Amino acid sequence: MASITHLQFLESEAIFILRETAAQFQKPALLFSGGKDSIVMAWLARKAFYPSKLPFPLLHVDTGHNFPEAMTYRDWFVKEVGAKLIVGSVQKCIDEGIVQEEKGINASRNKLQTAALLGTIEEYQFDACLGGGRRDEEKARAKERFFSHRDEFGQWDPKNQRPELWNIFNGRKHFGEHFRVFPLSNWTEMDVWQYIRQENIPLPTLYFSHQRRIIERHNQLLDAETGFIPLLEEEKANVREMTIRFRTVGDATCTGAVESTASTIDEIVAEVAAARQTERGTRADDKRSETAMEDRKKEGYF
Amino acid sequence: MDALVNPTESSLLHFTTAGSVDDGKSTLIGRLLYDSKSIFEDQLLAVEESSKRRGDGHVNLALLTDGLRAEREQGITIDVAYRYFATPKRKFIIADTPGHIQYTRNMVTGASTADLAIILVDARLGVIEQTMRHTYLASLLRIENIILAINKMDLVEFDQGVYDKILSDYLTFAQGLDKMPQICPIPISALNGDNVVERSLKTPWFSGPTLLQHLETVQVHAETTTAKARFPVQWVIRPISDQNDAKVGNLHDYRGFAGRVASGTFRVGDEVLVYPSAMKTRIAGIHTYDGLQNETTPQLSYSMTVADEIDTSRGGMIVKADEPIESGHEFDAMICWFADKKSLKPRARFHLRHTTNEVRAVVTDVLFKVNISTLEKSQDSQEFSLNDIGCIRLRTSAPIFFDAYSENRTTGSFILVDEQTNNTVAAGMILKPVTDAFEDDSEVSI
Repeated sequence: MASITHLQFLESEAIFILRETAAQFQKPALLFSGGKDSIVMAWLARKAFYPSKLPFPLLHVDTGHNFPEAMTYRDWFVKEVGAKLIVGSVQKCIDEGIVQEEKGINASRNKLQTAALLGTIEEYQFDACLGGGRRDEEKARAKERFFSHRDEFGQWDPKNQRPELWNIFNGRKHFGEHFRVFPLSNWTEMDVWQYIRQENIPLPTLYFSHQRRIIERHNQLLDAETGFIPLLEEEKANVREMTIRFRTVGDATCTGAVESTASTIDEIVAEVAAARQTERGTRADDKRSETAMEDRKKEGYF
Repeated sequence: MDALVNPTESSLLHFTTAGSVDDGKSTLIGRLLYDSKSIFEDQLLAVEESSKRRGDGHVNLALLTDGLRAEREQGITIDVAYRYFATPKRKFIIADTPGHIQYTRNMVTGASTADLAIILVDARLGVIEQTMRHTYLASLLRIENIILAINKMDLVEFDQGVYDKILSDYLTFAQGLDKMPQICPIPISALNGDNVVERSLKTPWFSGPTLLQHLETVQVHAETTTAKARFPVQWVIRPISDQNDAKVGNLHDYRGFAGRVASGTFRVGDEVLVYPSAMKTRIAGIHTYDGLQNETTPQLSYSMTVADEIDTSRGGMIVKADEPIESGHEFDAMICWFADKKSLKPRARFHLRHTTNEVRAVVTDVLFKVNISTLEKSQDSQEFSLNDIGCIRLRTSAPIFFDAYSENRTTGSFILVDEQTNNTVAAGMILKPVTDAFEDDSEVSI
């Protein structure tokens, strides 16, 4: 009896979820950040509908605080998979007065993404957004469904979720409600990296070891090169050139780096296997409080 | 570490844990995660900090699994949570189900995707009503492997007599089930780690595997390989393009039935029946992005093309010609009722979801309800409330293509969806079709 590998199982499960999403909803979109999870998800979407093109667009919620490398990659990837790209802009929401920029040195547009995301969902009438969230990332995500219901205000009610039995997914909804769908729910960080290696998926250069000007703040290594993070006077004096890589790639103001010389996928897989910190340990946005992720998710965050 | 980095050797095991409050379930899961080095430093640090803040005298491992604000505040677990860990031999997905009021609903949900259940018994209390409920639910959902984890052995001085008595009581009960699962009993202390990952020196009389050894080596997934070949059609791939694809050729006439193989094996050239029409044709091609295949593997996803133009779409089913499937609109099924604000009664109507199909359904009869503590069937009540389990007869608006749940967990299962709230209100397991020679077999409208 040929038994399948865990990567084969996870790939097939994700393809199944992607096809369910296309079949059960009128107008889905795939949330694409240029991070490795959304890259893997879009890669799987190409497999799911091959030889057709993707039956939904990629949606990038742009904070305006992007690493240039991530943008270069995004534009290349969209072309490579032959997808349509829609950009929802946080800057536009700020300009229109829908949200206000956070103040202070830890200001981040991470939370403002929610407004831009919900605004774009409404503008385009998307009824399902595919996200690359995984249950192993964070404790609130561990309770997430594959098909996660959102009310007409985009809110998540973790106490009132639909049970998910076998492989039967219930995407029924009332007008104005929508779903977030997470095809990578059962993947771990290690699975994602092993899959990237197996499939030979090109990634943004940010994930590999490189030299970067860095400051240290609250035990985190933050970018001092893009200029998006305002620096205190004493920090300006302490900017250091370091050999780092990023374990996650998000908004430049809250994505922490790790010191690393891992410059190939194999080296990264070995590093992840030996790591004693979760990848979210490098995310400043999760450190705001014990339930920071849950609070953002309830409001409609990814 | 090398083996952990190598994805090709390991397979995946889904398991669920069942136990009542205070039987050490969270401690056991914490122990498995901790001893397999799946808890990270920052997670442990966060748990230590909140344990201190709450005034817990020790590092409260339950806080690792209780993620939501309300759970932390009230010290309860609200919902099924999924945990992940890996050893060099296997990857594991744990469905961690809380033991409170919605227990049945949560355990049924966790069990529906599990290959194995760990049933915890407190060695001081022995087999109690909860143990029997959990075992009944595991057997109802057809989990074929059970680990009977007799926990807190440290509190009964690792006494073999206590272990033997509990095992014997348990087997007596399990023999009354419709189908006896494979039972692997293990004496453990989750708190101290005895026989969880490391073999305990305090149980020299025990010769079986440790809990982790058993999890790493138990054989599962036999059914998807041995059951009849079933391919529910999920989506039809029609590129509608005049371009040529390097692997598939001209795309103009490409019409692929996309789906995930529920069970069995299909090969190119196989004679198949395509439902709803049950027309016979042959498999022309088995496609994946990674190239053409000669045959399918259970649980993997494909796009299949057939030799003749046959009409099917989402909700349809492809099976081997010599292994036809039931096609009908009336059947008996066991259900677990999940709604807390509504009850199920005869004549109630629902959306029924089965494989990739959705039809409307009406309850034509309530046949019996099961008291899951005594396993007795009763016909006293025609009404199901939260967590009730029993047997009903359903009639659907159009035929569905099914097997008995006892033969196939994928093609034998369904859910009921409330027509007003759209909530999932019941899990169903098909027993058998209702066949009545005198009944008019035309489609009913409901």
